[in-house]
Amino acid sequence: MSKGMIMNIQKYSVHDGPGIRTTVFFKGCPLSCWWCHNPESQNFNSDLMFFRDKCSGCGRCEERCPERTIKMESRVPIRDEDKCTLCGKCADLCLNEGWKLVGRKFTSSELMKEIKKDEIFYEESGGGVTFSGGEPLSQIDFLEEMLKKSKTEGVHTTVDTSGYSKWENIKKIVDYTDLFLYDLKLLDDERHKKYIGVSNKNILKNLEKLSETGANIYVRIPIIKGINDDMENIEGTIKFLEKLNISQVNLLPYHRMGMEKYERLSKEYNLIGDEKPSEEEMDNLVEKFKILNRKIKVGG
Amino acid sequence: MICERVKKLREESLNAVPYISMERAKIVDEVYKKYEGTVSKPVLRALVLKEFMSKKKISINDGELIVGERGESPAATPTYPELCCHTIEDMETMNDREKVFFKVDEQAKEIQKETIIPYWKKRSMRYHIFENMTQEWKDCYEAGIFTEFQEQRGPGHTVGDNKIYKKGFLDFKKEIDESIKNLDFHNDDDALNKINQLEAMKIACDAIIILGKRYSELAREMAEREDDPKRKEELIDITETCSWIPANAPRTFREAIQMYWFVHLCVISELNPWDSFNPGRLDQHLNSFYEREIEEGTLTRDRAEELLQCLWVKFNNQPAPPKVGITLKESATYTDFANINSGGLKADGSDGVNEVSYLVLDVIDQMRLLQPSSNVQISKKTPQRFLKKALSIVRKGWGQPSLFNADAVVQELLNAGKDIVDARCGGTSGCVETGAFGKEAYILTGYFNIPKVLEITLNNGVDPMIGKKLGIETGDPTEFSSYDELFEAFKKQLDYFIDIKVRGNRVIERLYAENMPVPFLSIIIDDCIKNGKDYNAGGARYNVTYIQGVGIGDITDSLSTIKYHVFDNRNMSMKELLDALKDNFEGHDDVFNLIKKKTPKYGNDDDYADEIMGSVFKAYYNEVTGRPNTRGGEHRINMLPTTCHVYFGSVIGALPSGKKSEEALADGISPAKGADLNGPTGVIKSASKMDHLITGGTLLNQKVTPSVIEGEEGLDKLANLVRGYFKLDGHHIQFNVVTRETLLEAQERPEEYKNLIVRVAGYSDYFSNLSKELQDEIIARTEQSI
Repeated sequence: MSKGMIMNIQKYSVHDGPGIRTTVFFKGCPLSCWWCHNPESQNFNSDLMFFRDKCSGCGRCEERCPERTIKMESRVPIRDEDKCTLCGKCADLCLNEGWKLVGRKFTSSELMKEIKKDEIFYEESGGGVTFSGGEPLSQIDFLEEMLKKSKTEGVHTTVDTSGYSKWENIKKIVDYTDLFLYDLKLLDDERHKKYIGVSNKNILKNLEKLSETGANIYVRIPIIKGINDDMENIEGTIKFLEKLNISQVNLLPYHRMGMEKYERLSKEYNLIGDEKPSEEEMDNLVEKFKILNRKIKVGG
Repeated sequence: MICERVKKLREESLNAVPYISMERAKIVDEVYKKYEGTVSKPVLRALVLKEFMSKKKISINDGELIVGERGESPAATPTYPELCCHTIEDMETMNDREKVFFKVDEQAKEIQKETIIPYWKKRSMRYHIFENMTQEWKDCYEAGIFTEFQEQRGPGHTVGDNKIYKKGFLDFKKEIDESIKNLDFHNDDDALNKINQLEAMKIACDAIIILGKRYSELAREMAEREDDPKRKEELIDITETCSWIPANAPRTFREAIQMYWFVHLCVISELNPWDSFNPGRLDQHLNSFYEREIEEGTLTRDRAEELLQCLWVKFNNQPAPPKVGITLKESATYTDFANINSGGLKADGSDGVNEVSYLVLDVIDQMRLLQPSSNVQISKKTPQRFLKKALSIVRKGWGQPSLFNADAVVQELLNAGKDIVDARCGGTSGCVETGAFGKEAYILTGYFNIPKVLEITLNNGVDPMIGKKLGIETGDPTEFSSYDELFEAFKKQLDYFIDIKVRGNRVIERLYAENMPVPFLSIIIDDCIKNGKDYNAGGARYNVTYIQGVGIGDITDSLSTIKYHVFDNRNMSMKELLDALKDNFEGHDDVFNLIKKKTPKYGNDDDYADEIMGSVFKAYYNEVTGRPNTRGGEHRINMLPTTCHVYFGSVIGALPSGKKSEEALADGISPAKGADLNGPTGVIKSASKMDHLITGGTLLNQKVTPSVIEGEEGLDKLANLVRGYFKLDGHHIQFNVVTRETLLEAQERPEEYKNLIVRVAGYSDYFSNLSKELQDEIIARTEQSI
């Protein structure tokens, strides 16, 4: 039986598809968007996060790390990432939740058991499970198994994806996915490469193919000021979507959240500027997208 | 919409400063001194009410349409020396305390000192109760193992049904005469007591009729002097209303509301029936008047709304009478817990939502008053529109209305032996307590501190907070070889303490039955007239005695710690744990850390912890349920705290759950603070593993941030959440919709947040009225967000 690397399970999730949902965040993502809210979801392995604001500088982790990879430097623990085995002992014994181990392996039955716990609320609300990430398609075997299981158990399924994957992978899950939340970030490939780290050719092609299968698709576009809210990109996106069979477009105003997470992961944060698009700007965009004759929504 | 009139009345009500009125105490004193020993007890009590209603100062406040105050003016609050004879120090404390104060002037103190105390000191129920309790009972009471509701308040907690909208008090008198006629002095040994009781009820009928007449006269006089033609007409209207009811059955929407209000005044003046009397299913009672008059064109929706708003002001004008000592700690609020039910089911089982139900919701929303409290009864037949309308008010964040599962309430009542029609016409009162309205004396007797019993078990019978042996020796816990052994010891201690509580309850019930009959209340609760028996003596159709369990979240997490870490995984020894508790976890960081981070806890839909919760609940249920009371009924349980979780927490040291010494317990069946980490569905799933249907009510509070329930979709999902809980047989849920930041700000700058109302337990209160500890406790409850 395959296992999935899961970052987090979010109950009473109300912004990731219809009704009351459980969102399962897969860990690991092939993209590295500048604005990523969850940088800890990028790595396919467990991550150890350090919360500087919570650390009291007591040094218990230094004393009791089995591999002796932590050294206190001016009352701040510094971890030797090469030697660390991610055993999580430091997170267990920290009194202040200064260390946190992110990511845990689940078997499909374990995960299914968690998902099924809120079945009654899915039934009441027309909700279900949403597989998000990270990039769930990057763990395709596990994803496929989970989707099949969910359908057998009568749970509504949603996959929240960047579309960055081989078409064969998407094809495998089309029949078991009731709704796709498909992210579309930038139409221009050069800019896509710059801000996201990969080419968008496959992403666009996959969306076209997916649309041909008749799958239910909501396209989700994060609106990031100065990066993709220019008219060239907006109009290009509308033009691209015109010919596709999609049922809804969600415009998600980017907000600065999770910046401190980069520090916790000792990662660099690229995004310059942190201004959130104003309501008026969002309204203007909605007006533009209305030409698509689809439901246009701000937010999840 | 609120018109100028109501706006003004509402302002006056909000600005009225609660003060002690000695008017009632003086009349009680005079009547007792005149008649005690010359007439029967019930007649003496009826004469007190009659004299009070004949002599009390009455007034009609400027602009009001519904008339009648308990005291001389809004927020004038009487005392009940026959229940509790306050010392001068008590009165000074009431006057000086920062929260829930009552202003006491020198004259009042003088009367208390010269007249009341000398006569009532050894005549009050409070005195008799403590005289008749065993030393064990007193020790437990002082240590905070349980509280006692009747020690300064009368047994109350009942609700009216539809009879007062169909009959006037002249009709009730006829009914009483009929019952007297049927007395069988040849075969019924109790006939003398019965005739005394029934004669007393007739005097009580006269009391309310006199009150009506006096108001009618006053309005007539005022009308004659009034220059404003509009107000003159209103006063003539009041004159006519009060000359018809309460002697006769109401004929109109307006008369029905005024009828209720006179009945309310008599019930709360006769004695202090804490968790006050209320109209219960007001929408059901008023709807036939409303529909007919709308059809005839004699009433408009706006006028009906205005009349209800005037009734709301009346409720808010009557603070709960002053409490002192432990009773103040368990119920620190001005709220007298009148809790109006809307929606629910009709007698035939069909959906009860009608136009008045929606009207009442509008009034709740417009008035935003502490009193009356309000709730909606949601059955599977309730339209989604009604639920969503109620939730859209809940979402505004001041804690009303609360939400009840009408289908569960009916099943709980059936399980407790009620007839199906009586069950459907029932509802919930006080905080969350199930009752057959108009037919049941359901008497709550006190809170029971379940985690305290575990603390005593872990100390082999000794209360470590006072170093005194209160329980029995059930063994040194370090020598227990299994979790089951510990749990058995806990059950033995529980049995011992419940024995003490129930023995006390039975004595107190007899004291009230014999010394403190309530002939007026008995008129309107079936079948007291038919039985010729008082409400306090078992005259009602149903007679249940409740003991309310507190701290299920804390004891569950405590037992989970012991089971998981000491026995199942051997992460620590019992001695290590007990040493840590003794030191309040100071210097025991590893033990505390393990408990906090690695223990399965209640509130997360985790079966390991939830099964423990189920076993504690069952043990408590089995221990209490079915023990006979002295009124022909049984003891049963419900699970709610008012403000007692703070007091109970303060008398417990560190607990294995990680609760530190004197910290508050969790309220109702809510998880311990910070224990629930998986969102509202996790809490709901855990809570639903308790068998709600065998209780008389449970209380679950959830704090949510506004962001989770934004927009139409957020409202839909909140409604789905409620429906889900109710499908799982959950009894009650309420939401506190505020951010942590808001609360912290309110704590820092109370003057800016005077209007911030929060859900405390089964009721709401102004945040600034709460003690610092209670404020902290509310802030610390997990804020469910996404």
